[in-house]
Amino acid sequence: MDNEVWETMSEPERQIFMDECFSYDKELKNNGHYAGGEALQDAQNATTLQWRSGRVSVTDGPFAETKEQIGGIMILEAADLNHAIRLLSKHPSLRLGRGGGSWEIRPAADLAAMIKESEQRKKG
Amino acid sequence: MKNSPDHISQLVDEIYRKESRRVFATLIRLLGDFDLAEDAMHDAFKTALEQWDDKGIPSNPRAWLISTGRFKAIDRMRRQSKFDPLHAKQTRNIKADIADPSMQVDKKIEDDILRLIFTCCHPALSSDARAAMTLREVCNLTTEEIARAFLVKPPTLAQRIVRAKAKIREAKIPFQVPPEHELPDRLETVLQVIYLIFNEGYYASSGKTVTRLDLSREAIRLGRLLLDLLPDPEVVGLLALMLLHESRRPARTTPTGDLVLLEEQDRSLWDPDMIEEGLSLLKQAFTSNRIGPYVLQAAIAAAHAEAKSPDTTDWSQIVGLYSLLLRVNPSPVIELNRAVAIAMRDGPEAGLNEINTILDRGELSDYHLAHSAQAELCQKLGQTKEARASWERALALAQQNPERRFIKRKLNELGR
Repeated sequence: MDNEVWETMSEPERQIFMDECFSYDKELKNNGHYAGGEALQDAQNATTLQWRSGRVSVTDGPFAETKEQIGGIMILEAADLNHAIRLLSKHPSLRLGRGGGSWEIRPAADLAAMIKESEQRKKG
Repeated sequence: MKNSPDHISQLVDEIYRKESRRVFATLIRLLGDFDLAEDAMHDAFKTALEQWDDKGIPSNPRAWLISTGRFKAIDRMRRQSKFDPLHAKQTRNIKADIADPSMQVDKKIEDDILRLIFTCCHPALSSDARAAMTLREVCNLTTEEIARAFLVKPPTLAQRIVRAKAKIREAKIPFQVPPEHELPDRLETVLQVIYLIFNEGYYASSGKTVTRLDLSREAIRLGRLLLDLLPDPEVVGLLALMLLHESRRPARTTPTGDLVLLEEQDRSLWDPDMIEEGLSLLKQAFTSNRIGPYVLQAAIAAAHAEAKSPDTTDWSQIVGLYSLLLRVNPSPVIELNRAVAIAMRDGPEAGLNEINTILDRGELSDYHLAHSAQAELCQKLGQTKEARASWERALALAQQNPERRFIKRKLNELGR
């Protein structure tokens, strides 16, 4: 999702957009295609772990290089960001390959309130 | 004893200056939120102004302010939770470990300042945000003051701080001092932030004048605060380094704002008290068996500070220190500085060979000081044509007015 576009949208436009998204999510669920997922917060709140000169380096923001590939996603339960960093710092994949790999940590977003509001709008 | 309102307001002002950061830091720990803690702290000081007049000054004002702030925050949240169920949950989450109003746990409160420093300097925040947060929340500078110091517009800086706070909240950056095994890495980030603030003040990266007093002074103050809380040799080293650099400030520029190189500085203008303090800190740092990059840089600064004149500088020692520094902290800029020291020890030709090798690798081709150093050595060797070409490259890359004027002066000296 392009954040800059989102910033320029009015509240009613955003609501219509979110309603459409949730409707399609429901359609995917109903026809059995939806296998699971988790909403993520803004890239602003991302943290990146990388392997640099033999140790873990923690930096702000999402992956800086577009040529990096996403190898997979993992959903973790952690008490806070330091806990999440600690858990992922030990992941062997971080040290794999030339120059090592990287992990991007993003907090999950709770959309329950938004979904409820959207339902109410559709009813109303 | 009945106190006059004037006396009370003076006293509250004084306590605000001395204690507000501690009160604030502890409230962040107890309330779990920067904005909530800030409101609570202001409520507490307001209440102090209203009540101390009649009820007298509490025996432990800091504890009183913390506990009042906490109650005010709970009040505020209760009022809000009537409209918003999310706040109700937050109210229940408030930590209750200050039930004891006497609050004799001063150690824990000191730790809160350290928690605040580590949170503001968390590596998951951008380096701009870390510096802004540290100056705003730890040093209590206003957004406008910080914006002016960093030469950005106040709304830009305000936005940076809002985003950093949102990230601390949303990404759940905890209010913690890292455990011992993580401390060296995390401390490195904190020291970087302090040194960045110092350098922002010392070598303003753009703008009219080279030095902006306030930021360097704030950085030194932060260094002292950190050293009080965390007596690590690298913290000692950083404070020594900043003091030794700062001692040269009166000699670094002419009254009209022109740069004066180390060699040409009037050493009688150097601040002897800062040098003395810097040297004694350095001695203390060297008693540790762990010598890190800041201690080594401070040792280099000390070698200059101890020399009465450029000719009596111990260049062999400086070259040796740069070699050590390169080993713990490989960087082309350090290599460049080492090359300049080699030129001073062994003559311009030896230094120029080193600099040419570094520049040939291409890493420093956009760094104006590399070209300036090359130009200076060529000039000493009588290679006028090469010197002019290097000064011109340096001029094309230099951003600051005093540096640009300096280079232009050098070009004029070379003649046509």
